[in-house]
Amino acid sequence: MSLSLLFFLLVGAVSLAAALGVVTSRQPVHSALFLLTNFATLAVLYITLDAQFLAAAQVIVYAGGIVILILFVIMLIGGDTNDFSAAHRAWSRTAGLALGVVLLLVISYSALSRMMAPTEDGAALLQGGTPKAVGMALFSDYVLPFELVALLLLVALIGALVLGRQPEGAGEGIPSVKANE
Amino acid sequence: MMLETSYYLVLAAMIFTVGATGVLLRRNALIIFMCIEMMLNSVNLTLIALARQWGNLEGQIFVFMIMAVAAAEVAVGLAILIANVRHQKSLNIDEINLLKW
Repeated sequence: MSLSLLFFLLVGAVSLAAALGVVTSRQPVHSALFLLTNFATLAVLYITLDAQFLAAAQVIVYAGGIVILILFVIMLIGGDTNDFSAAHRAWSRTAGLALGVVLLLVISYSALSRMMAPTEDGAALLQGGTPKAVGMALFSDYVLPFELVALLLLVALIGALVLGRQPEGAGEGIPSVKANE
Repeated sequence: MMLETSYYLVLAAMIFTVGATGVLLRRNALIIFMCIEMMLNSVNLTLIALARQWGNLEGQIFVFMIMAVAAAEVAVGLAILIANVRHQKSLNIDEINLLKW
């Protein structure tokens, strides 16, 4: 077993365990921290795939931005911890797990059945996803999508502002979620 | 030495499945939201692995765009959740059914 395979298995196991933790923890804060772990391990995997710029962007955007935003919202509205409502629908958990297994089998089959071996000359052609290479591609061939994404971010900013704005006259702040009814 | 692309694809499939199963199993809108983020990330892993296999940067450009769209989605989605909590004092998706026919 080569060293890179060992490393991949280790990081992949941590990533998968963190993904399972997101789904199974009862506290939303724990889920958010498991999500952070998952994003960090994916950044490590991006580095092993020669995507250095995207690994940095992953850490900055996801770990630094999105998880912090989710944590802010959890702190603002509180989380109800009693959301495993399988009590009144006992079949829903079984059905969900069965559908998950089916989905895993289907995706794995469709991904692996027509998989071709990596082309060595192709890998040599890609001189890595360094910030320079990605930036050159982004600002030469993909300028229009880049500008559209900037516009999308602006629209999302305004939309979030409008949606999250306190309505006039309601001066009591954000109510928290009822705990454990 | 290059690791086989299929390993990455299988790992991405597993993470995607865990996320999709989480969407089916959990009732807390915030956790469903995190599961959706996880699914987006697993697809990003697929795109980067295939970009390396074909020696082509376009997959990585796609991932960059997906990251920007995901950031926009998180901002708007969390704002909707906060507005809903203000309105209904609940995050349980069984109670968020105003648009249900």
